Amino acid sequence: MKLIIAIIRENQLDQVRESLIEAGVSRITVSHVSGHGRRQTEEIYRGQKIIPNLVPNVRLEIAVNDDFVDVTCNAIINATKANEGGLIGSGKIFVQPLEEVIRIRTGERGSEAI
Amino acid sequence: MKKVFYLFLFLFLLPLAQLQAADTPEIDTGATAWMLTSTALVLLMIPGLAMFYGGLVRTKNVLGTMMHSFAAMGIMTVLWVICGYSMAFGSNILGGWFGWNPDYFLLSGIDESIMEGGIPEYIFSMFQAKFAIITPALIAGAFAERVSFKGYCFFIAAWGILIYNPLCHWVWASDGFLFNLGAKGAIDFAGGTVVHISAGVSGLVAAIWLGARKSHPHLPMRPSNLVMTMIGAGLLWVGWFGFNAGSSITSGLSTAQALTATQIAAAAGALVWVIIEGFHQGKATALGFVSGILAGLVAITPAAGVVQPVGAMALGALATIICYLAIMLKNKLGYDDTLDAFGIHGVGGIVGAIFLVFFIRESWMADAASIAGGSWSVWQQLGVQSLAVLIAITYAGVGTLIILFVVNKFTPIRSSEEGEMRGLDNHYHGERGYGMINPN
Repeated sequence: MKLIIAIIRENQLDQVRESLIEAGVSRITVSHVSGHGRRQTEEIYRGQKIIPNLVPNVRLEIAVNDDFVDVTCNAIINATKANEGGLIGSGKIFVQPLEEVIRIRTGERGSEAI
Repeated sequence: MKKVFYLFLFLFLLPLAQLQAADTPEIDTGATAWMLTSTALVLLMIPGLAMFYGGLVRTKNVLGTMMHSFAAMGIMTVLWVICGYSMAFGSNILGGWFGWNPDYFLLSGIDESIMEGGIPEYIFSMFQAKFAIITPALIAGAFAERVSFKGYCFFIAAWGILIYNPLCHWVWASDGFLFNLGAKGAIDFAGGTVVHISAGVSGLVAAIWLGARKSHPHLPMRPSNLVMTMIGAGLLWVGWFGFNAGSSITSGLSTAQALTATQIAAAAGALVWVIIEGFHQGKATALGFVSGILAGLVAITPAAGVVQPVGAMALGALATIICYLAIMLKNKLGYDDTLDAFGIHGVGGIVGAIFLVFFIRESWMADAASIAGGSWSVWQQLGVQSLAVLIAITYAGVGTLIILFVVNKFTPIRSSEEGEMRGLDNHYHGERGYGMINPN
């Protein structure tokens, strides 16, 4: 089992979700985060261009069984590539080993509970 | 040819004639004070509408959507001063398509003009300007979240000149043809046909012509901030007293009648909406309550001058029932009238303008009968109302389609796909509405 954490652009959330659902991955946690990568964005404040030091991003957390890791990562990559994928700052995907998963309601453990 | 010559002669001599009739009426300070207040109240509705619409769209579009209302304040005011007031309230030209009066160009000739009711003409002109602002701002609800800022600006400018001004002239100018239809004219006290039906129908046409938002309807799109929507609806209700009671253009009995009807219809509409929702969905939503307020207010707008409290209550309730059904039908049909500009304003306006005939107070009908020379029945007035509604629907619908088509040749009205996904705030304005939620 793996935990996939992806940091993506806010505006790409919809298309990434659609792509994931198409790939059969619908269980997902989404949160709004701020951070700084290589991207530099400009905003305008009273006629002056400013570059905020922390920009808002979206963080996805998806727990998957091992054979779904590639499917999930590819779905995210393809969805972000389809739209301004060439620009710096499309985000990152982190894949971590996942020790245990427990479904609270039933107490199921492991792959069953994902 | 000769006719045209005399027309021009008349237009140029008109200001002179006015100068010679030198006995200007005295200022009625009471009426003037109320009209000043009303003018400010109607302006308050526009930030109210911005909040109402802004709260209903997704987080990434909140500023862009609020800017639709605020941009209308800028564009429509300037256009109104340049040509709008003249087109709406000048004397008939081009066979009555719209009006014109050289005095009204840049409002240059009304500096010291006082109208018959003892109100400075500046106030009447500014009061009417607010109606010209809010009408295109209402349309923006139909195609929210997917329109380019530049395209929207050109669209409302053209729409204001070519649709709003002529309609306003027909319905409210003393020589407009709907004003003089039947015995006492088509009843449109404060803008049921001019404002709500025209905005609603134009919104419907524009929403269908532009197409649905990306991933509508299979991804749910949740309101960014319903608290702001509630505040906006509250401001709209308060402002509506200026909108309706101010439309009496005086401060007296008819003002009080309109104000009472407005309060009652809004309350009835809101209550009926949550009752229907309670039976249908099992819960009374906040959005439902404010939608009911709006449905009631829209329906009473054309009728506020002629109905009594019972009629106001009935119209508010009826409008809510029909608007509720219209929105259910919209969801079945699947077109993307995002914030229900047609479902509430179009449908509510039509309900108000048609069904008001059954609740007209007797003194009005007696007046109409004496003007018509003996008798004037509810059914005759129903014919007049239906004709006025039909004309407004047809003119606004067809005109909007043509404007969309032509403006789109110069500047695309539909937002780019990237802009739509990134959000109007960032893409068109370089800002974000809810920045403070992120630590930065």
